[in-house]
Amino acid sequence: MVTIQFNGKTSVVPEGISVLKAGTMTGTKIPSLCAHPDLKAWGACGICVVKIEGSPKMVRACTTTVVEGQNYLTHDPDLVETRRTVLEMILSNHPNECLTCARNGCCELQTLSAEFGIRDVPFDTDVKLLASDLSNPSVQLHPSKCIACGRCVIVCQDLQDVWALEFLGRGDQTRMAPAGDVTLAESPCIKCGQCAAHCPVGAITEVDETRKVWNYLRQNDKHVVVQIAPAVRVALGEEFGLEPGTIVTGKIYAALRRLGFAKVFDTNLSADLTVMEEASEFLQRLTTGGTLPLITSCCPSWVDYLEKYYAEMIPHFSTAKSPMMMMGSLIKTFYAEKSGFGAKDILSVAIMPCTAKKYEIQRSHDMSSSGMPDVDCSLTTRELARMIKQAGIDFKNLPEELADNPLGDYTGAGTIFGATGGVMEAALRTAYFLVSGKNLGKFEIEAARGMEGVKVAKVKIPTDGLGAPGKELELRFAVAHGMANVRDVMNQVKAAENAGEEPPYHFIEVMACRGGCISGGGQPYGSTDEVRAKRIAGMYKDDASNALRCSHENPSVQALYRDYLGQPLSAKSHQLLHTHYQPRPLYVR
Amino acid sequence: MALNQFCLVCGGTGCESRHSDAVYKNLKSAAEELGVGNQVQVVKTGCFGFCEKGPIVKILPDESFYVGVKPEDAHQIMAEHLVKGLPVEHLLHKTHGHHSGWGEYASQLYQKQVRIVLRNCGIIDPEDVQEYISRDGYAGLEKALFEMSPTEVIAEVKASGLRGRGGAGFPTGLKWENTRKTVSDQRYVICNADEGDPGAYMDRSTLEGDPHSVLEAMTIAGYAMGASQGFIYIRAEYPLAIHRLEVAMQQSREMGLLGKDILGSGFDFAIEIRLGAGAFVCGEETALMQSIEGNRGMPQPKPPYPSESGLWGKPTAINNVETLANIPVILLKGSAWFASIGTPTSKGTKVFALTGKINNSGLVEVPMGTTLREIVYDIGGGIRGGKAFKAVQSGGPSGGVLPAQFLDTPIDYESLTKVGSMMGSGGLIVLDEDDCIVDVVKFYLDFSVEESCGKCAPCRIGGRKLLNLLTKITKGKGTRADIETMRQIGFAMQRASLCMLGGTTPNPILSTLKYFENEYLEHIDHQHCPAGKCKDLITYSVLASKCIGCTVCARKCPVNCISGERKSAHFIDPAKCIKCGACYEACKFEAILVS
Repeated sequence: MVTIQFNGKTSVVPEGISVLKAGTMTGTKIPSLCAHPDLKAWGACGICVVKIEGSPKMVRACTTTVVEGQNYLTHDPDLVETRRTVLEMILSNHPNECLTCARNGCCELQTLSAEFGIRDVPFDTDVKLLASDLSNPSVQLHPSKCIACGRCVIVCQDLQDVWALEFLGRGDQTRMAPAGDVTLAESPCIKCGQCAAHCPVGAITEVDETRKVWNYLRQNDKHVVVQIAPAVRVALGEEFGLEPGTIVTGKIYAALRRLGFAKVFDTNLSADLTVMEEASEFLQRLTTGGTLPLITSCCPSWVDYLEKYYAEMIPHFSTAKSPMMMMGSLIKTFYAEKSGFGAKDILSVAIMPCTAKKYEIQRSHDMSSSGMPDVDCSLTTRELARMIKQAGIDFKNLPEELADNPLGDYTGAGTIFGATGGVMEAALRTAYFLVSGKNLGKFEIEAARGMEGVKVAKVKIPTDGLGAPGKELELRFAVAHGMANVRDVMNQVKAAENAGEEPPYHFIEVMACRGGCISGGGQPYGSTDEVRAKRIAGMYKDDASNALRCSHENPSVQALYRDYLGQPLSAKSHQLLHTHYQPRPLYVR
Repeated sequence: MALNQFCLVCGGTGCESRHSDAVYKNLKSAAEELGVGNQVQVVKTGCFGFCEKGPIVKILPDESFYVGVKPEDAHQIMAEHLVKGLPVEHLLHKTHGHHSGWGEYASQLYQKQVRIVLRNCGIIDPEDVQEYISRDGYAGLEKALFEMSPTEVIAEVKASGLRGRGGAGFPTGLKWENTRKTVSDQRYVICNADEGDPGAYMDRSTLEGDPHSVLEAMTIAGYAMGASQGFIYIRAEYPLAIHRLEVAMQQSREMGLLGKDILGSGFDFAIEIRLGAGAFVCGEETALMQSIEGNRGMPQPKPPYPSESGLWGKPTAINNVETLANIPVILLKGSAWFASIGTPTSKGTKVFALTGKINNSGLVEVPMGTTLREIVYDIGGGIRGGKAFKAVQSGGPSGGVLPAQFLDTPIDYESLTKVGSMMGSGGLIVLDEDDCIVDVVKFYLDFSVEESCGKCAPCRIGGRKLLNLLTKITKGKGTRADIETMRQIGFAMQRASLCMLGGTTPNPILSTLKYFENEYLEHIDHQHCPAGKCKDLITYSVLASKCIGCTVCARKCPVNCISGERKSAHFIDPAKCIKCGACYEACKFEAILVS
């Protein structure tokens, strides 16, 4: 710890942190724009300048480390003048399109200029008229709005290790675009949307499809059904003033009905189904000498990444579809048959925390196992919030409702899919049951939880269920989240494979976004580790409060197998619930 | 017949571009042809500094100094001077129309110079390590390796008072000490040869004329700091310097002066060359390291300083070429000798690229503390064409413009900064009454805006705004409020830019607003450019009383806007005139009026 001062007031803060962070921790507000707690300090904007007592120089609070004994002056007339001038410069190159901007009301630049009380900009305006890049199904680039803060590039390169985005040009021609100035669709982009989630302004946004869904709902001859993903329920409330992590499942069901959806299903159920398929697939590989480790495939950005960067690892991928796609194919087959609506009369919408899901629904023809698109449109949490606001629904005061049968029940295992380690934990709960013949004594697998980038652990499972009583099976697993963390794990596996050694893990879970789906690219803006922790706590709370904690105990899932699918990995399951992968080039021309 | 004479031919880029290589070859073949190949040694050297008058040929031992030598003159020099002992009068250097004297090497340019950095330039063959060694080359390294401990080397450099010649003037010894102090398994030495200021070429000339001095210095630095690897980051536009460095490195390695177990001391040091692609900002040390690492060259926040976490996160000392070239001499002659030159805070010498409206342009090395007046008038020979001195621009795009009142300012880091300019890397551009301050400043802003990396908002946006305002003023459309806006932007840029490139971009404006505000106001209030430079504010016309109708102007005019009969007064069509000034330059009768 070091003792410092802010404007003469003494504080004790941890060693090695930035002055900006120390300010946040001690309640000393230092205006900033380009800094983001997820990212390394980049020092681009120049708004967060402060002075160190005794020196006339200004330093950036974001890039300056606290030093014992220093007194940081966070405001004086010179600092205010400097910050205001820099802000005015940025505004002079930014289009005045606030009213029609996707970030209207949630724009960091807008907020800052409101705080600074900017009334007019004393400089000539110079807005670069650059075409938007609309090539990508998930995110769009609007370079005219870019303030060159660098967050998207750092996210894409450092956090996600994708390197789709780069700085192009220099001086006042600098812009963020895919390297080589190709379109986003031609770039290695994995559609995770973390660039959009970190963009402080409206320069990178998700593809907004709310109007498309409104138009679905206006078609009287269509039966429009919807599913909601695990992570949506702990984040949507933020859009309506609730704390991150507040569980609003029942209100979401209610809101979706008021928007006009005929049936409201829950992706948590198909998450339970995914566990059944994936755990069975895992045991099959384990007992028959199949390719191990098995790697999870629920995350579409991860699927895209692996197909591009680690195509040689495709045999390791679980063939199980993601919960969204499993639900989609069941809606247009099982539910269509059961309800009497023909598959062609059903429109299936998914509410996801994720931008990549917009890509996933068209990833390959496996996504049309019903003979038509299994999911017609995937909206992000932010888009759903927009629709609720457009409709004028008083979300906070909605009653709690229940999901519709037969695709609405879920267990605690299904819900934790939204957090890093959740898929692993859910799968292990069922794998344990399948191997040992009984449930885990304690369902919480702490080693899979938490924000460590790579989590590695072993679990011992008695093999009574496999007809070998008295013996134990030791399962080694790894959990990685944040795409940049996956490289080391993959390299370990490859090294062992090349050396002809036993694989370091049996089972690997990967989620592209830091913290898992709870901070997916389509979640409400403002994800930080603090917010992530609250959302994750919400997920675990939802799990703990559920009477059923294991996917194999889900009565609706049991009924599905009994009445429709047969058993996990059956021919029908393979037809509807499994998929194939293919190598893809980094750059498409 | 004369015996044991030397014929030194400049092999610097400036002279080579004017065919000094052919001069060299012709001199050699003439020597053979005339049968004096054994008595006269023809040597291709580095830069003499007198680039404007190149190609240069210097004869030793009598120190005759030939300028503007053409390949076809070579035979005459060899036949007359070296064989018969008679000077070739028309090629001898003249000062103010007078011969500098037969047998006398007292060119004005060289008086008051003290050559430490350029000690070997123009004297030795840079592609022959033996010549370097014969002038005490590698003796400093030998002394360091066998007589001194690394900390003693650092102490010596600290005691010398040597400060960084790249611009900021950070004490070199302290930089080395900080780098050494950082615990690490690897440290790096980087020579910053990414010289980029417009008009500056002292680093290029040093590397072209004396590459071994930099290699020796880097090796000494490596020994002092415990680094085994060095990099020379040099711009790709310096092919001759790169070639000579490569030749020098090869020779040093062959002689055991570089590589494994140097001189049998057990110390290993390797050097690699990295080419820059021409971005000015890559001369900024953190951007330079990004570039070496293969990333886009953009400055990084400091701290951490390179001495703590530099190249690939390892402690790194980055020194400029000129700084390094001092090191071998300091070790050999001692810190006390070096510290005896210069001023209390700025020791040693500084090399300047002296250009502009001056009689003697070239590379000059003067002791710190020399006044601007001495450089401009004594060394530079005063203003060309007898015009009036207006100002001197120092420090390149980061520097400022100093009026006549500061001519007696002694040149050192603090004095220049105090009057609103800076040492910078050593450009000195002399302006006369025909130069428009606003126009000159606009030139520098144009450069800085072009070279901004675009990372930080103050530089990226502020520089462009400043340039736009300057352009507006030179078009006669400025307002007095624009001056305040420029001050506002400049204030913020100086304080909130990420690196010194952005932080110093407004300097040319702010320093001239201090000393030449009236000239800005003249443009603004009266739409008048006093120097007649700003095209939108001037018109060209023919003074009928002086025009004799020679038609020269009409023939020179690139847009054919001058009409008139032969032997009668001509007329310039103002609607078509592009104000290029060709007619003004061409007229011998002062009949073109600029108003």
